[in-house]
Amino acid sequence: MNSEVERLVIVGASLAGLRAAQAARKAGFEGELIVVGDERHMPYTRPPLSKELLAGSQTSEDTALRLLKLEADWRLGVPAGRLDRAEHELILADGTHLAYDRVIIATGCRARRWRGPGAELDGVHTLRSLDDSLALKRDLQAGRRLVIVGAGFIGCEVAASARKLGVEVTVVDIAPHPMLPLGAELGARCARMHERHGVQLRCGVGIEAILGRESVQAVALSDGFECEADVVLLALGAEPNVEWLQGAGIEIRAGVECDATLTSTVDPDVLAAGDLAAWPQPLAGGQAMRIEHWTVAAEHGTVAGRNALLHPEAREPHTSPPYFWSDQFDTKIQSVGLPMLAERLDVVEEDPEHGRLLATGERQGRLIAAVGFNNARRLNDYRTELADTPDGAGAAR
Amino acid sequence: MKVHVDMNLCQSHGECVSIAPDVFELGDDDVLVWREEVSEDRRAAIEEAVNVCPMMAISIEDEG
Repeated sequence: MNSEVERLVIVGASLAGLRAAQAARKAGFEGELIVVGDERHMPYTRPPLSKELLAGSQTSEDTALRLLKLEADWRLGVPAGRLDRAEHELILADGTHLAYDRVIIATGCRARRWRGPGAELDGVHTLRSLDDSLALKRDLQAGRRLVIVGAGFIGCEVAASARKLGVEVTVVDIAPHPMLPLGAELGARCARMHERHGVQLRCGVGIEAILGRESVQAVALSDGFECEADVVLLALGAEPNVEWLQGAGIEIRAGVECDATLTSTVDPDVLAAGDLAAWPQPLAGGQAMRIEHWTVAAEHGTVAGRNALLHPEAREPHTSPPYFWSDQFDTKIQSVGLPMLAERLDVVEEDPEHGRLLATGERQGRLIAAVGFNNARRLNDYRTELADTPDGAGAAR
Repeated sequence: MKVHVDMNLCQSHGECVSIAPDVFELGDDDVLVWREEVSEDRRAAIEEAVNVCPMMAISIEDEG
Protein backbone atom coordinates (compact mmCIF):
# COMPACT_ATOMS: atom_id res chain seq x y z
CA MET A 1 0.00 0.00 0.00
CA ASN A 2 2.74 2.45 0.95
CA SER A 3 5.24 1.59 -1.74
CA GLU A 4 4.85 4.91 -3.56
CA VAL A 5 5.18 7.01 -0.41
CA GLU A 6 8.55 7.00 1.31
CA ARG A 7 8.64 10.53 2.70
CA LEU A 8 5.64 12.12 4.35
CA VAL A 9 6.01 15.69 5.58
CA ILE A 10 3.37 17.21 7.85
CA VAL A 11 3.44 20.99 8.17
CA GLY A 12 1.90 21.94 11.49
CA ALA A 13 2.49 20.32 14.88
CA SER A 14 -0.82 20.90 16.57
CA LEU A 15 -3.82 18.58 16.82
CA ALA A 16 -4.42 17.97 13.09
CA GLY A 17 -0.72 17.44 12.39
CA LEU A 18 -0.32 15.04 15.29
CA ARG A 19 -3.39 13.01 14.37
CA ALA A 20 -2.19 12.84 10.76
CA ALA A 21 1.19 11.49 11.88
CA GLN A 22 -0.44 8.95 14.19
CA ALA A 23 -2.89 7.82 11.50
CA ALA A 24 -0.14 7.34 8.94
CA ARG A 25 1.89 5.17 11.32
CA LYS A 26 -1.18 3.26 12.35
CA ALA A 27 -1.92 2.53 8.68
CA GLY A 28 1.49 0.87 8.50
CA PHE A 29 3.63 3.69 7.11
CA GLU A 30 7.27 2.88 7.85
CA GLY A 31 8.97 5.61 5.83
CA GLU A 32 10.38 8.97 6.83
CA LEU A 33 7.84 11.04 8.76
CA ILE A 34 8.69 14.66 9.49
CA VAL A 35 6.47 17.02 11.49
CA VAL A 36 7.24 20.73 11.27
CA GLY A 37 5.90 23.27 13.78
CA ASP A 38 6.50 26.98 14.30
CA GLU A 39 5.98 26.79 18.06
CA ARG A 40 8.62 25.28 20.31
CA HIS A 41 6.10 23.17 22.19
CA MET A 42 5.24 19.59 21.43
CA PRO A 43 1.56 19.23 20.38
CA TYR A 44 -0.93 20.46 22.95
CA THR A 45 -4.67 20.85 23.08
CA ARG A 46 -6.07 24.37 22.86
CA PRO A 47 -9.56 24.28 24.41
CA PRO A 48 -8.24 24.62 28.00
CA LEU A 49 -6.29 27.76 27.05
CA SER A 50 -9.40 29.93 27.43
CA LYS A 51 -10.89 27.92 30.28
CA GLU A 52 -9.15 25.52 32.68
CA LEU A 53 -5.65 26.92 32.18
CA LEU A 54 -6.80 30.51 32.74
CA ALA A 55 -9.04 29.60 35.67
CA GLY A 56 -6.18 27.62 37.23
CA SER A 57 -7.70 24.13 37.39
CA GLN A 58 -5.17 22.83 34.83
CA THR A 59 -1.48 23.48 34.23
CA SER A 60 0.35 23.73 30.92
CA GLU A 61 1.51 20.10 31.42
CA ASP A 62 -2.13 19.01 31.42
CA THR A 63 -2.58 20.38 27.90
CA ALA A 64 0.05 18.07 26.34
CA LEU A 65 -1.44 15.72 23.75
CA ARG A 66 -0.49 12.07 24.19
CA LEU A 67 1.94 10.92 21.53
CA LEU A 68 1.27 7.18 22.02
CA LYS A 69 4.73 5.97 20.98
CA LEU A 70 4.67 7.96 17.76
CA GLU A 71 7.92 7.69 15.82
CA ALA A 72 8.51 10.93 13.96
CA ASP A 73 11.19 13.51 13.27
CA TRP A 74 10.02 16.72 14.96
CA ARG A 75 11.24 20.05 13.56
CA LEU A 76 9.89 22.52 16.09
CA GLY A 77 10.36 26.26 16.45
CA VAL A 78 10.81 26.77 12.71
CA PRO A 79 7.99 28.07 10.50
CA ALA A 80 7.44 26.76 7.00
CA GLY A 81 8.84 29.10 4.35
CA ARG A 82 7.42 27.92 1.05
CA LEU A 83 6.25 24.91 -0.89
CA ASP A 84 7.96 23.94 -4.14
CA ARG A 85 5.59 21.47 -5.74
CA ALA A 86 7.67 21.01 -8.88
CA GLU A 87 10.65 19.85 -6.82
CA HIS A 88 8.46 18.14 -4.21
CA GLU A 89 10.15 20.10 -1.45
CA LEU A 90 9.08 22.02 1.61
CA ILE A 91 11.49 24.84 2.38
CA LEU A 92 11.57 26.00 5.99
CA ALA A 93 12.05 29.63 7.02
CA ASP A 94 15.62 28.78 8.12
CA GLY A 95 16.42 27.54 4.60
CA THR A 96 16.22 23.79 5.29
CA HIS A 97 14.92 21.80 2.31
CA LEU A 98 12.73 18.80 3.10
CA ALA A 99 11.86 16.46 0.24
CA TYR A 100 8.44 14.85 0.26
CA ASP A 101 6.37 12.38 -1.67
CA ARG A 102 3.22 13.61 0.03
CA VAL A 103 2.74 16.68 2.18
CA ILE A 104 -0.09 17.47 4.59
CA ILE A 105 -0.69 21.15 5.24
CA ALA A 106 -1.92 21.74 8.79
CA THR A 107 -0.57 25.17 9.70
CA GLY A 108 -3.89 26.17 11.24
CA CYS A 109 -4.96 29.68 12.10
CA ARG A 110 -3.72 32.62 14.10
CA ALA A 111 -5.61 35.17 16.14
CA ARG A 112 -6.86 37.99 13.96
CA ARG A 113 -5.01 41.19 14.79
CA TRP A 114 -6.39 44.66 15.20
CA ARG A 115 -4.10 47.41 13.99
CA GLY A 116 -5.83 50.46 15.42
CA PRO A 117 -4.26 52.97 17.82
CA GLY A 118 -2.93 51.46 21.04
CA ALA A 119 -2.82 47.86 19.83
CA GLU A 120 0.83 47.57 20.92
CA LEU A 121 0.34 48.80 24.51
CA ASP A 122 1.33 46.60 27.45
CA GLY A 123 -1.64 44.65 28.71
CA VAL A 124 -3.18 44.10 25.26
CA HIS A 125 -3.49 40.40 24.44
CA THR A 126 -4.68 37.96 21.83
CA LEU A 127 -5.27 34.29 22.67
CA ARG A 128 -4.28 31.44 20.43
CA SER A 129 -1.19 29.69 21.80
CA LEU A 130 -0.11 28.25 25.12
CA ASP A 131 2.27 31.18 25.58
CA ASP A 132 -0.61 33.61 24.90
CA SER A 133 -2.70 31.93 27.59
CA LEU A 134 0.09 32.00 30.17
CA ALA A 135 0.76 35.67 29.44
CA LEU A 136 -2.94 36.57 29.78
CA LYS A 137 -3.21 34.60 33.01
CA ARG A 138 -0.33 36.57 34.54
CA ASP A 139 -2.34 39.75 33.92
CA LEU A 140 -5.63 38.50 35.36
CA GLN A 141 -5.87 39.14 39.08
CA ALA A 142 -8.94 39.69 41.23
CA GLY A 143 -10.17 43.25 41.08
CA ARG A 144 -8.47 44.10 37.81
CA ARG A 145 -10.55 45.36 34.91
CA LEU A 146 -10.56 43.28 31.71
CA VAL A 147 -12.11 44.51 28.49
CA ILE A 148 -12.71 41.77 25.92
CA VAL A 149 -13.25 42.87 22.35
CA GLY A 150 -15.26 40.17 20.60
CA ALA A 151 -18.11 38.09 22.04
CA GLY A 152 -17.45 34.87 20.15
CA PHE A 153 -16.19 31.58 21.60
CA ILE A 154 -12.89 32.85 22.93
CA GLY A 155 -14.27 36.13 24.22
CA CYS A 156 -17.19 34.51 26.03
CA GLU A 157 -15.11 31.67 27.49
CA VAL A 158 -12.42 34.03 28.76
CA ALA A 159 -15.14 36.25 30.26
CA ALA A 160 -16.43 33.27 32.23
CA SER A 161 -12.94 32.19 33.34
CA ALA A 162 -11.99 35.72 34.36
CA ARG A 163 -15.16 36.17 36.43
CA LYS A 164 -14.20 33.02 38.34
CA LEU A 165 -10.92 34.75 39.17
CA GLY A 166 -12.74 37.82 40.50
CA VAL A 167 -11.80 39.99 37.54
CA GLU A 168 -14.15 42.82 36.48
CA VAL A 169 -15.16 41.97 32.91
CA THR A 170 -16.62 44.04 30.08
CA VAL A 171 -17.28 42.40 26.70
CA VAL A 172 -17.68 44.59 23.62
CA ASP A 173 -18.87 43.41 20.21
CA ILE A 174 -20.07 45.14 17.07
CA ALA A 175 -22.65 42.33 16.66
CA PRO A 176 -26.10 42.67 18.25
CA HIS A 177 -25.59 39.69 20.58
CA PRO A 178 -22.83 37.34 21.75
CA MET A 179 -22.11 33.98 20.08
CA LEU A 180 -23.17 35.20 16.64
CA PRO A 181 -23.22 31.73 14.96
CA LEU A 182 -25.95 30.62 17.36
CA GLY A 183 -28.47 33.17 16.13
CA ALA A 184 -30.54 35.83 17.91
CA GLU A 185 -32.59 33.69 20.30
CA LEU A 186 -29.73 31.62 21.72
CA GLY A 187 -27.48 34.68 21.56
CA ALA A 188 -29.91 36.56 23.81
CA ARG A 189 -29.81 33.68 26.29
CA CYS A 190 -26.01 33.80 26.28
CA ALA A 191 -26.19 37.54 26.92
CA ARG A 192 -28.48 37.02 29.94
CA MET A 193 -26.20 34.28 31.27
CA HIS A 194 -23.15 36.56 31.11
CA GLU A 195 -25.00 39.47 32.68
CA ARG A 196 -26.29 37.22 35.45
CA HIS A 197 -22.66 36.40 36.27
CA GLY A 198 -21.63 40.03 36.43
CA VAL A 199 -20.22 40.56 32.94
CA GLN A 200 -20.88 44.01 31.46
CA LEU A 201 -21.97 43.45 27.85
CA ARG A 202 -21.84 46.23 25.28
CA CYS A 203 -23.19 44.90 21.99
CA GLY A 204 -23.60 46.78 18.72
CA VAL A 205 -20.52 48.84 19.53
CA GLY A 206 -17.08 48.85 17.94
CA ILE A 207 -13.77 50.09 19.28
CA GLU A 208 -11.97 53.21 18.11
CA ALA A 209 -8.72 53.06 20.07
CA ILE A 210 -6.97 51.55 23.03
CA LEU A 211 -5.78 54.34 25.31
CA GLY A 212 -2.77 54.50 27.62
CA ARG A 213 0.87 55.58 27.84
CA GLU A 214 2.90 52.40 28.16
CA SER A 215 0.15 50.24 29.56
CA VAL A 216 -3.49 50.14 28.61
CA GLN A 217 -5.78 52.43 30.62
CA ALA A 218 -9.05 52.44 28.69
CA VAL A 219 -10.77 51.39 25.49
CA ALA A 220 -12.51 54.08 23.45
CA LEU A 221 -15.74 52.75 21.93
CA SER A 222 -17.49 53.89 18.77
CA ASP A 223 -20.44 55.27 20.78
CA GLY A 224 -18.12 57.70 22.56
CA PHE A 225 -17.93 55.71 25.81
CA GLU A 226 -14.52 55.09 27.37
CA CYS A 227 -14.24 51.79 29.16
CA GLU A 228 -11.52 51.78 31.84
CA ALA A 229 -9.21 48.78 31.55
CA ASP A 230 -6.08 47.25 33.04
CA VAL A 231 -6.07 44.39 30.55
CA VAL A 232 -7.52 44.06 27.03
CA LEU A 233 -8.15 40.85 25.13
CA LEU A 234 -8.68 41.18 21.39
CA ALA A 235 -10.83 38.15 20.55
CA LEU A 236 -11.64 38.94 16.94
CA GLY A 237 -11.58 35.44 15.52
CA ALA A 238 -8.90 33.66 13.59
CA GLU A 239 -7.45 33.72 10.11
CA PRO A 240 -5.70 30.89 8.28
CA ASN A 241 -1.92 30.66 8.06
CA VAL A 242 -1.76 30.38 4.28
CA GLU A 243 0.54 33.27 3.30
CA TRP A 244 3.54 30.94 3.11
CA LEU A 245 1.71 29.03 0.35
CA GLN A 246 1.52 32.02 -1.97
CA GLY A 247 3.35 31.07 -5.12
CA ALA A 248 2.89 27.35 -4.52
CA GLY A 249 0.16 27.24 -7.14
CA ILE A 250 -2.43 25.50 -5.01
CA GLU A 251 -5.95 26.85 -4.84
CA ILE A 252 -6.57 29.11 -1.85
CA ARG A 253 -9.93 30.82 -1.36
CA ALA A 254 -11.74 30.30 1.95
CA GLY A 255 -8.66 28.26 2.88
CA VAL A 256 -6.65 25.53 1.18
CA GLU A 257 -9.30 24.21 -1.20
CA CYS A 258 -9.74 20.45 -0.98
CA ASP A 259 -12.09 17.74 -2.13
CA ALA A 260 -13.96 15.54 0.36
CA THR A 261 -10.84 13.39 0.83
CA LEU A 262 -8.91 16.50 1.97
CA THR A 263 -6.79 16.35 -1.16
CA SER A 264 -5.82 19.69 -2.73
CA THR A 265 -7.99 20.51 -5.73
CA VAL A 266 -4.88 20.91 -7.89
CA ASP A 267 -2.30 18.43 -6.60
CA PRO A 268 -2.93 14.89 -5.32
CA ASP A 269 0.40 14.92 -3.47
CA VAL A 270 -0.79 17.84 -1.31
CA LEU A 271 -3.43 17.33 1.38
CA ALA A 272 -4.73 19.67 4.07
CA ALA A 273 -6.19 19.18 7.52
CA GLY A 274 -7.71 21.26 10.27
CA ASP A 275 -8.60 24.93 10.56
CA LEU A 276 -7.20 25.99 7.20
CA ALA A 277 -8.70 23.24 5.04
CA ALA A 278 -11.77 24.26 3.04
CA TRP A 279 -13.68 21.15 2.03
CA PRO A 280 -17.15 20.50 0.61
CA GLN A 281 -19.94 20.45 3.19
CA PRO A 282 -22.68 17.95 2.41
CA LEU A 283 -25.02 19.94 4.67
CA ALA A 284 -24.40 23.09 2.62
CA GLY A 285 -24.97 21.58 -0.80
CA GLY A 286 -21.29 20.85 -1.26
CA GLN A 287 -20.08 24.42 -0.66
CA ALA A 288 -16.44 24.41 0.49
CA MET A 289 -15.96 25.84 3.97
CA ARG A 290 -13.30 26.06 6.64
CA ILE A 291 -14.44 24.96 10.08
CA GLU A 292 -12.37 25.81 13.14
CA HIS A 293 -13.52 23.13 15.56
CA TRP A 294 -11.35 20.88 17.72
CA THR A 295 -13.03 17.69 16.57
CA VAL A 296 -12.77 18.68 12.90
CA ALA A 297 -9.00 19.07 13.32
CA ALA A 298 -8.78 15.67 15.05
CA GLU A 299 -10.90 13.91 12.43
CA HIS A 300 -9.24 15.70 9.52
CA GLY A 301 -5.80 14.72 10.74
CA THR A 302 -6.80 11.08 10.91
CA VAL A 303 -8.42 11.11 7.46
CA ALA A 304 -5.58 13.06 5.81
CA GLY A 305 -2.89 10.90 7.44
CA ARG A 306 -4.47 7.74 6.06
CA ASN A 307 -5.30 9.22 2.66
CA ALA A 308 -1.80 10.63 2.13
CA LEU A 309 -0.52 7.06 1.78
CA LEU A 310 -3.09 6.06 -0.82
CA HIS A 311 -3.66 6.55 -4.53
CA PRO A 312 -6.06 9.47 -5.01
CA GLU A 313 -8.74 7.07 -6.29
CA ALA A 314 -8.54 4.97 -3.13
CA ARG A 315 -8.91 7.85 -0.68
CA GLU A 316 -11.84 8.02 1.73
CA PRO A 317 -13.95 11.15 2.28
CA HIS A 318 -14.38 12.93 5.58
CA THR A 319 -18.09 12.81 6.34
CA SER A 320 -19.04 13.35 9.99
CA PRO A 321 -21.02 16.54 10.68
CA PRO A 322 -19.06 19.31 12.42
CA TYR A 323 -19.31 19.32 16.22
CA PHE A 324 -18.30 22.02 18.65
CA TRP A 325 -18.76 22.88 22.27
CA SER A 326 -18.19 25.86 24.50
CA ASP A 327 -18.22 25.98 28.29
CA GLN A 328 -19.42 29.26 29.78
CA PHE A 329 -20.20 29.48 33.50
CA ASP A 330 -22.61 26.64 34.32
CA THR A 331 -23.61 26.02 30.72
CA LYS A 332 -22.16 23.55 28.25
CA ILE A 333 -23.11 24.66 24.75
CA GLN A 334 -22.87 21.92 22.13
CA SER A 335 -23.63 22.02 18.44
CA VAL A 336 -23.79 19.54 15.59
CA GLY A 337 -24.03 20.67 11.99
CA LEU A 338 -23.70 24.18 10.60
CA PRO A 339 -25.69 26.56 12.84
CA MET A 340 -24.05 29.59 11.22
CA LEU A 341 -25.83 28.72 7.96
CA ALA A 342 -29.25 28.11 9.49
CA GLU A 343 -31.94 30.60 8.50
CA ARG A 344 -32.75 30.72 12.21
CA LEU A 345 -32.47 28.48 15.27
CA ASP A 346 -35.66 27.64 17.15
CA VAL A 347 -35.78 26.33 20.69
CA VAL A 348 -37.75 23.09 20.45
CA GLU A 349 -37.31 21.72 23.97
CA GLU A 350 -36.59 23.51 27.20
CA ASP A 351 -36.11 22.70 30.88
CA PRO A 352 -35.38 26.05 32.56
CA GLU A 353 -34.83 24.47 35.97
CA HIS A 354 -31.69 22.70 34.70
CA GLY A 355 -30.69 25.41 32.22
CA ARG A 356 -31.30 22.83 29.53
CA LEU A 357 -32.57 23.34 26.02
CA LEU A 358 -32.44 22.03 22.51
CA ALA A 359 -32.64 24.17 19.39
CA THR A 360 -32.71 23.16 15.76
CA GLY A 361 -31.97 25.10 12.62
CA GLU A 362 -33.10 24.62 9.05
CA ARG A 363 -31.92 25.86 5.73
CA GLN A 364 -34.09 25.63 2.65
CA GLY A 365 -36.50 23.38 4.49
CA ARG A 366 -33.95 20.88 5.70
CA LEU A 367 -32.32 20.32 9.08
CA ILE A 368 -28.81 21.77 9.12
CA ALA A 369 -27.93 22.11 12.82
CA ALA A 370 -28.87 21.18 16.35
CA VAL A 371 -27.66 23.08 19.40
CA GLY A 372 -27.99 22.03 23.02
CA PHE A 373 -27.42 23.79 26.32
CA ASN A 374 -26.59 21.23 29.04
CA ASN A 375 -28.23 18.60 26.89
CA ALA A 376 -25.59 16.16 25.62
CA ARG A 377 -27.79 13.11 25.32
CA ARG A 378 -30.54 14.76 23.30
CA LEU A 379 -28.04 16.48 21.06
CA ASN A 380 -26.42 13.17 20.30
CA ASP A 381 -29.70 11.93 18.82
CA TYR A 382 -29.22 14.46 16.02
CA ARG A 383 -25.77 13.36 14.95
CA THR A 384 -26.97 10.47 12.81
CA GLU A 385 -29.68 12.58 11.27
CA LEU A 386 -27.21 15.31 10.32
CA ALA A 387 -24.71 12.78 8.99
CA ASP A 388 -27.26 11.22 6.64
CA THR A 389 -27.98 14.05 4.27
CA PRO A 390 -31.06 13.57 2.09
CA ASP A 391 -29.17 13.82 -1.18
CA GLY A 392 -26.54 11.33 -0.08
CA ALA A 393 -23.87 13.99 -0.57
CA GLY A 394 -22.00 12.64 2.47
CA ALA A 395 -20.04 10.36 0.22
CA ALA A 396 -19.66 12.84 -2.64
CA ARG A 397 -16.20 13.53 -3.91
CA MET B 1 -9.24 -5.44 25.87
CA LYS B 2 -10.39 -3.16 28.67
CA VAL B 3 -11.73 0.32 28.00
CA HIS B 4 -11.07 2.92 30.66
CA VAL B 5 -12.68 6.37 30.88
CA ASP B 6 -11.34 8.89 33.34
CA MET B 7 -14.57 10.32 34.73
CA ASN B 8 -12.67 13.25 36.23
CA LEU B 9 -11.97 14.31 32.65
CA CYS B 10 -15.14 13.21 30.80
CA GLN B 11 -17.47 16.08 29.96
CA SER B 12 -20.09 14.13 28.01
CA HIS B 13 -19.18 15.41 24.57
CA GLY B 14 -20.63 12.23 23.09
CA GLU B 15 -18.04 11.78 20.36
CA CYS B 16 -17.36 8.24 21.55
CA VAL B 17 -21.09 7.49 21.59
CA SER B 18 -21.44 8.42 17.95
CA ILE B 19 -18.45 6.23 17.00
CA ALA B 20 -19.16 3.17 19.14
CA PRO B 21 -22.75 3.24 20.42
CA ASP B 22 -22.40 -0.45 21.31
CA VAL B 23 -19.79 0.49 23.93
CA PHE B 24 -20.53 4.05 25.04
CA GLU B 25 -23.83 5.62 26.02
CA LEU B 26 -24.97 8.84 27.62
CA GLY B 27 -27.15 7.91 30.56
CA ASP B 28 -29.34 9.90 32.89
CA ASP B 29 -28.22 13.48 33.44
CA ASP B 30 -25.84 13.13 30.50
CA VAL B 31 -23.35 11.01 32.46
CA LEU B 32 -21.33 8.61 30.30
CA VAL B 33 -21.71 4.89 30.86
CA TRP B 34 -19.66 2.32 28.99
CA ARG B 35 -18.82 -1.36 28.75
CA GLU B 36 -15.38 -2.08 30.19
CA GLU B 37 -14.79 -5.42 28.50
CA VAL B 38 -14.77 -5.04 24.75
CA SER B 39 -13.98 -7.70 22.18
CA GLU B 40 -10.89 -7.33 20.07
CA ASP B 41 -12.84 -6.83 16.82
CA ARG B 42 -13.97 -3.42 18.09
CA ARG B 43 -10.42 -2.17 18.60
CA ALA B 44 -10.39 0.14 15.56
CA ALA B 45 -13.56 1.90 16.70
CA ILE B 46 -12.32 2.28 20.27
CA GLU B 47 -9.03 3.68 19.02
CA GLU B 48 -10.96 6.20 16.95
CA ALA B 49 -12.92 7.17 20.04
CA VAL B 50 -9.64 7.64 21.94
CA ASN B 51 -8.45 9.93 19.14
CA VAL B 52 -11.50 12.18 18.94
CA CYS B 53 -12.31 12.47 22.65
CA PRO B 54 -11.87 16.21 23.25
CA MET B 55 -10.98 15.59 26.89
CA MET B 56 -8.51 12.76 26.16
CA ALA B 57 -10.42 10.80 28.78
CA ILE B 58 -10.51 7.38 27.07
CA SER B 59 -7.74 4.81 27.16
CA ILE B 60 -7.35 1.16 26.29
CA GLU B 61 -5.82 -1.18 28.82
CA ASP B 62 -4.34 -4.14 27.01
CA GLU B 63 -4.16 -7.44 28.78
CA GLY B 64 -1.25 -9.83 28.99
